[in-house]
Parts: sequence; C-alpha cells; structure tokens
Amino acid sequence: MQKLTPASNGSSQPPAEVRDLRKVYRDVSAVDGISFTLSHGSITALLGGNGAGKTTTIAMLMGLVIPTSGQARVFGADMARERHAVLHRMNFESPYVDVPMRLTVRQNLEIFGRLYGVRDLQACVADIATDLRLTDLLDRHYGKLSAGQKTRVSLAKALLNQPELLLLDEPTASLDPDTADWVRSKLERYCSERRATVVLASHNMAEVERLADRVIMLEKGRIIADETPAELIRRFGRETLEEVFLAIARRGSEGAEMEP
Amino acid sequence: MSGTQSRLLEQTSLAASTRRVSAMVLRYWYVIRSSWPRTAELIYWPLVQMLMWGFLQSYLAQTSSFAAKAAGLFIGAVLLWDVLVRSQLGFAVAFLEEIWSRNLGHLMMSPLRPSELIAALITVSLIKLLVAMVPVALMAYLFFGFNVLSLGFAFAAFFANLVIMSWSLGLITTGVVLRWGLGAENFAWLIVFVLLPLCCVYYPVATLPGWLQPVALALPPTYVFEGLRAIVLDGTFLGSYMLAALALNVVYFAAGYAAFAYLLHSARVNGTLVQMGE
Repeated sequence: MQKLTPASNGSSQPPAEVRDLRKVYRDVSAVDGISFTLSHGSITALLGGNGAGKTTTIAMLMGLVIPTSGQARVFGADMARERHAVLHRMNFESPYVDVPMRLTVRQNLEIFGRLYGVRDLQACVADIATDLRLTDLLDRHYGKLSAGQKTRVSLAKALLNQPELLLLDEPTASLDPDTADWVRSKLERYCSERRATVVLASHNMAEVERLADRVIMLEKGRIIADETPAELIRRFGRETLEEVFLAIARRGSEGAEMEP
Repeated sequence: MSGTQSRLLEQTSLAASTRRVSAMVLRYWYVIRSSWPRTAELIYWPLVQMLMWGFLQSYLAQTSSFAAKAAGLFIGAVLLWDVLVRSQLGFAVAFLEEIWSRNLGHLMMSPLRPSELIAALITVSLIKLLVAMVPVALMAYLFFGFNVLSLGFAFAAFFANLVIMSWSLGLITTGVVLRWGLGAENFAWLIVFVLLPLCCVYYPVATLPGWLQPVALALPPTYVFEGLRAIVLDGTFLGSYMLAALALNVVYFAAGYAAFAYLLHSARVNGTLVQMGE
C-alpha cells in the first residue's frame, strides 16, 4: 500500500486522493481497493450500476464513512481522522438529502451560511438567490417547494461557501429536462469561474458526457475504466457513453472480461 | 489563497465555534417559532400532570393530616420530574428533527463539530424547558398556591442536577439513534421513564426493596427527590445529597459523552450516517 504524506495546509495538495481504498460491510465488499487522484479544476464522474460503490466512495471522501483500509484524502487531510480541517472548503448536493422542511429558504441559507462562516452573509444569500432564481422563494418554506425548486435551493446551499471541491450525487435526478439542463449550465459556469473540482455520481450518461472530463467506472467496488468520456467511447467503438455503459454492464453480468 | 478562504470567516477559533453553535440554536428556534401546536405540546403534558396531582393532593389534604402537612409535595415532585423529562426530550427531539427532515447528512458534511452539535442541543433543551415549565409553574402557583421559587437555592440545586442528568440521557439516546437509525427512535422517547420508579419521585427510597435501593442511590435524581421531601416535610436542605448528585452527574455526563463519541464512530464505521432517514 502506498503511504500518503500527512495533511498540510492543503494548498499544494490534490483536491482528492484515494489510495487502496477498501470498505467491507460484514462480508460484503462495497469498495475494493480503488486508487485515483483528482487534479484541480477537474470534473470526474463516478459511474456504475446500483451497488457498484459510487455512494460509498463519495461518503468516504466526505468522511461520513471510515474505510476498512486505505485512505481518502481531501486537500491532504485524511477524511477518517482530520475531516474538520477541510470541510469548510467542500460541499455537496444530493436529492436524497434535504434541508429542514419547516424553515424558509432564507432561514436555511442563513443557517448553513453561519455554519460555513460565510462573510457578509445577507449579501451572499441575496446574490446566490438572484443567480439561482430563488429570490421569489426566499420566504417560502422549503417543504412547500417543487422538486425543481428544491434542487435549486440545494444547489444554493452547496455553492454558498464557494467550495473548491464539490461532491454531487445525482444532482439532476427526478428533474424535468429543462430544469436539469439549467442546473448543468450553472454547474459548468461555477466550475469554470472558480476552477472548482467536482466529483459527480450520476446515472445520466448525457449529463456525464457534457460535464465530465474524466470517467471512473466502478463495478463491484473496483475500477474497471478510468479515462475521458471520448476515450472510453472510442475504445469501445460506440456512439455514446450510454452505449458504453450498457455494453460494460451486460458483459459484466455475463461474466465476460471488461475489455472492449 | 483560494477564493473560498477569502469568502469565509476564520474556522478554528472559539468565536467560530460559538458562531456554529448559535447557528444550530437559531435553526431549532426557527422550528419552535414556526409551529404553535408544537409549542402548545411542550406545555400540554406538564400542565395536565400538574393539575392531576395538584387536585389529588388537595383531596388527600382534606382527609389526611400527613397530606395536609405535605402541601406541595406532589406538585413539587411533578414539576421536578417534568424538568428531567422535558429537558431530555428537548435534547433528543431536537436531534431527531435532523433525521426526520433528512438533514443530518448536510450537518455532518458541514464544519459543525460533534461537540458543537451537543452544545446546541443542550442550549435548545434549556430553551424548550423554559417554554414548557414557566407557564406550568405559574399555573401551580395560581391553582394550588405552590411557588416553586419559594424553595430558593434548593430549587436551583434540584434544577441543575436534573438537567445535567437529562443531558447525559440525551447524549446516550442521540448516540443510539446515530448508530441504529430511526429504528431506535422509541428508545429516545422512553428511556427517561425507566427512571420514574427507580428515582423515587413520589415516595422515599426506603419504600423500595433492599436490593433495589443501591440502584436508586446510584441515580442522581433520587437525591433530588429525597431532597425535595426533606425540604417540604422538615424544612431541611440536604446539601450533602446535592453534592452526591453532582458527583454522580459528572460521572454520568462523562459516560454519556464517551458513549456518544463511540456510537458516532461506530456509525461512521458501519455506514449508518449515509442511510439515515431513508
């Protein structure tokens, strides 16, 4: 196993670095010895079928799950032991995690802004509300919003601290195509403006093709492909990433090799 | 450095920690403020209890010289018991709010530290306790002429010992829910009631069978209720009892914090934080 250096202030450290990462729940291996390093400003998609290990990998990058062995480091901090040194530099968005329903959008953003220590919070909330078309919703309860509106609020919460590392778990799940496209555009713009690093778990291959400059494909907790979407499509001789995904999934289910 | 750090305030000082605690207190205050039925519920049960025991005591006072002498004994016990119950529930329910609203993942991913979450829950439990008990204490005075503040310093000692015990229970229940999820929710609601017979709320420790008395004496609230009986019946403040309760509370709080830390770690090992609320 490769030994990683201890956490420093993280300024020269990669945004995320995973070495020999393994997670076993009882007798089930959720993540099985994966390694990768993310460079600043990259957008990396974690792909794979249900149970491939995407969510567990992201959870270990967030420090919510402690690895069985190996390390997940963010800006040099070991997320199993030193996560509080870097949590203010990260954020995440997932449709499977909500903010409090009975608080208004403004109250929610105010609370998370305080938790992250955002300077000039009122102005920041106003700016982000304008940018994400939330101004008219600020005084409405989060629980009363539509799915699309909730996603915009979650996105506002995720961008409130201008994170250098953004973890997105199916950010456009259950959204209509127009809203999903709008969310992708916002993410693209944020990443290009802030040179933020993004880890994206998604089942939407069109979304991955559009946003990601790197694809890490997981199956049964192992990395079976790690390249750009274009390289992956070319190597498999397919037209789209979705076709590649289906080819890999069906070969995998038949027990065949993962080579094209 | 990066834009993120210039946009954010300092993260590691006491001021930063205080800011995060106050953010969480504000979050819970918004919940209390937004729902009058919830506020009414805070007052409802202590009020019903107080009225029921108060009228019972009034009835007994007409037929028994002891009950006449012990005016305020039942009402005082009810009020103090509700201090323990309301404070523990205030702590645990505030935490359960995060799971019910599927917000725990956001909090655990934020810079909020576990100790800061606990500080916020303690503060909120005190706020809820005041919301619940001030109107009920006022009613006790108006209906039955029982002024809890007439107990003076003794009341402060009783109150402090009971709320510290409630936080210890809150830490354990919160840790259990973190580790085992909403399946353990009932534990958070019910654990405090195990203490009702053991802490001798309405009767002296000597009433218990001999083998059970050491168990009762290992619990800080027992000393509080013994102390209440001493002051109401004999006008004696048992300072040594309050010190014994305080010493036990230090042990229980340390054990509660250790249990919380262990169960949080166990939840991270077993991946239950990710599945919470689903």
